[in-house]
Amino acid sequence: MNPILAAEGLQKSFGAVTAAADINLAFERDSVVSLIGANGAGKTTFLNMVTGYLRPDGGRVRFDGQELVGRSPREITALGLSRSFQIPQLFQSLSVRENLLVAEGIAHAERVEEATDALLEKFDLASYAARPAGLLPEGIRKLLDVAMALVSKPKLLLLDEPTSGVAADEKFGIMDLVMTAVRGQGVTVLFVEHDMDIVSRYAARVVAFYDGRVIADGTPAQVLEAEEVRRYVIGGAPHAAA
Amino acid sequence: MTFDRTIASLAVACGVLLVAAPIAPQWLLFLLALALAKGLVVLGLLLLMRTGLVSFGQGLYFGLGAYAAALLAHRGGLADAALMIVAGTACAAAVAAILGLLLARYREIFFAMLSLAFSMILYGLLVKSSALGSTDGFHVQVKHFAGIALAAGVERRVFYAASAIAVFFLGWALHRYLRSHWGRLSEAIRDNELRVEYLGASVYRVVYANYIIAAALAGLGGAFAALAVGHVDPETTYWTTSGEFVFIAILGGTGNVLAPFLSAAIFEALRTVASQYAPNVWQMALGVAMLAIIMFLPGGLWTLVRRRAA
Repeated sequence: MNPILAAEGLQKSFGAVTAAADINLAFERDSVVSLIGANGAGKTTFLNMVTGYLRPDGGRVRFDGQELVGRSPREITALGLSRSFQIPQLFQSLSVRENLLVAEGIAHAERVEEATDALLEKFDLASYAARPAGLLPEGIRKLLDVAMALVSKPKLLLLDEPTSGVAADEKFGIMDLVMTAVRGQGVTVLFVEHDMDIVSRYAARVVAFYDGRVIADGTPAQVLEAEEVRRYVIGGAPHAAA
Repeated sequence: MTFDRTIASLAVACGVLLVAAPIAPQWLLFLLALALAKGLVVLGLLLLMRTGLVSFGQGLYFGLGAYAAALLAHRGGLADAALMIVAGTACAAAVAAILGLLLARYREIFFAMLSLAFSMILYGLLVKSSALGSTDGFHVQVKHFAGIALAAGVERRVFYAASAIAVFFLGWALHRYLRSHWGRLSEAIRDNELRVEYLGASVYRVVYANYIIAAALAGLGGAFAALAVGHVDPETTYWTTSGEFVFIAILGGTGNVLAPFLSAAIFEALRTVASQYAPNVWQMALGVAMLAIIMFLPGGLWTLVRRRAA
């Protein structure tokens, strides 16, 4: 296997709390993987270390053959790794269209307007185009956040809880739009998720975290049936550091 | 080509200002020339504010522009207004290119206070320098513009006309800049720096570039002010001068490139009238005006223009 992303011996602590304890993971190209775990299990910390927001205390992260540790988020984005956020990171005073124009303008120098209009259509955002991002409903904010992350045509897309805070009947719609947008593009998708219906439906592989460790890794059926996952993730048992 | 109301308004305003150049009384020309010079400084502040930065030290570049221009005539023997304007602008931009390397790393109160500190350092140097006239400054006498000798009494009118033309072209250029990718990126930085970095752009480079542009505009404003007043002194770099620019920026708002010039003209007119009829309390009048703006028009006076247009 020639993984697009490989983490070796990743470690991170915040005082007495261990957020990552010797994480070893490799992700195949063009795959869809879900990261699950209770709050504080270390999923977002893992994403933050991969994307350069946090520097690991130890270990390495290799992306497409390049070492990521020590690089800034901007440098990592330039290598082809993009992300969305648990709390959508938007330009609140700019309109939806302007948010996408900024992203397009950074990623591509030409045909920015046309590409933005195409993206608005692709993500069903055209009717919100003129509305300031700060006044959008949560589901639309999530979509816009993901759409902006996809503008740079990444090889690896990391989605941090793409459906959290969204009404139950909108979750599948959002995921369908995202998966349709990345299908056939050769994009590897890693998404953090709490909703097991979403996980089962969209992920080909699931990695379960608990207290900074990987406790299960396999197909959704294997992982969601695993004893530890049922006890600590699905069952909602409190993690040791809490 | 689509009709742009801002460019059209700029052109009309510039036309009216140019028509006034040969016929308006000297006192009015003086007031307008100062308003245009300060408006240029505030135009730079507008760009910084759109990037999320408030500088309390634009007096540094205003003073540098004024002194560089004045020194070219006073010490350099090159008493040509066109050269002085270029020198004032270039000097401010060059100093900003150095200080900007440090300042572009700071935000909010730290950026404001550091910029203030640099302007006060220059103020301290100027008041201690007897060669530059210390607290009195020195006079500037200019009789040429771009190699053409100017008749006595006409100079101020020519300088004023030149500043009106500069305002048109620079207002137009900044308006285009703000509507370009770089303008949107500046506003994006004001809203969310983290996201800009995660989209792959360098926040530092944009802030640095905007800082230099703002400084160059302040230097140009300083050079025009020196030509209009015919005198430079350390007061140009003092913190109250920088505060005055921030006052004008808040008064006008950052909604349009015309706002700085509109508010600078109102500010100068208000100050002239208030100091004429209430010399001891005119600052209080300005304070009340600022209070009213913050409470009722937080977007500045330009909000009224926008509402009317809507």
